[in-house]
Amino acid sequence: MFQVKIYISLKEGVADPQGITIKNALHSLGYQGVGKVRMGKYLQLKLNVKDKKEVKKEIEDMCKKLLVNPVIENYDYEIEGKK
Amino acid sequence: MKFGVVVFPGSNCDHDCYYVIKEVMGQDVNLIWHKEEDLKDYDCIVLPGGFSYGDYLRTGAIARFSPVMKEVEKFAQKGGLVIGICNGFQILLEAGVLPGAMRKNSSLHFICKYVYIRVENNNTPFTCVFQKGQVLKIPIAHFEGNYYVDTPGLKNLKKNNQIVFKYCNREGRLLKEANPNGSIEAIAGICNKEGNVLGMMPHPERASEAILGSEDGRGIWESIIRIKSYERAS
Repeated sequence: MFQVKIYISLKEGVADPQGITIKNALHSLGYQGVGKVRMGKYLQLKLNVKDKKEVKKEIEDMCKKLLVNPVIENYDYEIEGKK
Repeated sequence: MKFGVVVFPGSNCDHDCYYVIKEVMGQDVNLIWHKEEDLKDYDCIVLPGGFSYGDYLRTGAIARFSPVMKEVEKFAQKGGLVIGICNGFQILLEAGVLPGAMRKNSSLHFICKYVYIRVENNNTPFTCVFQKGQVLKIPIAHFEGNYYVDTPGLKNLKKNNQIVFKYCNREGRLLKEANPNGSIEAIAGICNKEGNVLGMMPHPERASEAILGSEDGRGIWESIIRIKSYERAS
């Protein structure tokens, strides 16, 4: 069993109203040093396949098909587990 | 002619569309459960507003894999008329039938109010009864209607005359204050290159009877009916 952590973020240049709002909130709390904030998504999933190569293939597939909208989002992932 | 209104789990404007098409416009219409896969009897498919699959992951991201969507895509490829309203628009974007994507409204508020939109292209089966530049009063109700498309994509939309509606003020001027959600170029609705698929955030089914405050949405249904009756006559 592998565990995969997937990080989804908005592409550079795509406006992120949540990030802007969070930045403003942090500024109003006194964290004046805070620069650009970007809000993303984090998914964690367990995957029962043969080897790491297959994990990669399936995760890439899942990201392209469903988990990520390639028009506005990028993704990255980490694989943990045996082999 | 016959309309079909698709019902996804979480659709909530399906019955409004059904009512307007049947009772106000006097047309034949069926509700189509999202697991159905037979669209051959229909002239126009409506993807209604709502919160399909709870808007989980991204708006429309899961609904686009409903069995009916494969058929809707085929139906559209063959030139069938498809109109996606609000969540229906979001589903068409996720399915890649229309270009671009939706971001959260720039204000981070769910916005439910009447807005004004300007007809940018009246040479579509959905807008042929309008004048170019005509201003319509139609309500929006969404959290994710902040349309985005990259620069080459926007160029294509313009080149192919795919921008159908833009948010404007009552006089039809494109002012920043008149753009409710931050959409690029104040885009409120676009069509595909061929013109037979329309996606729009405003709800024409909520503005098809005077008693509800506006009848401006009626023209969209009238356009579809007129185009189809011409087709039958020719």
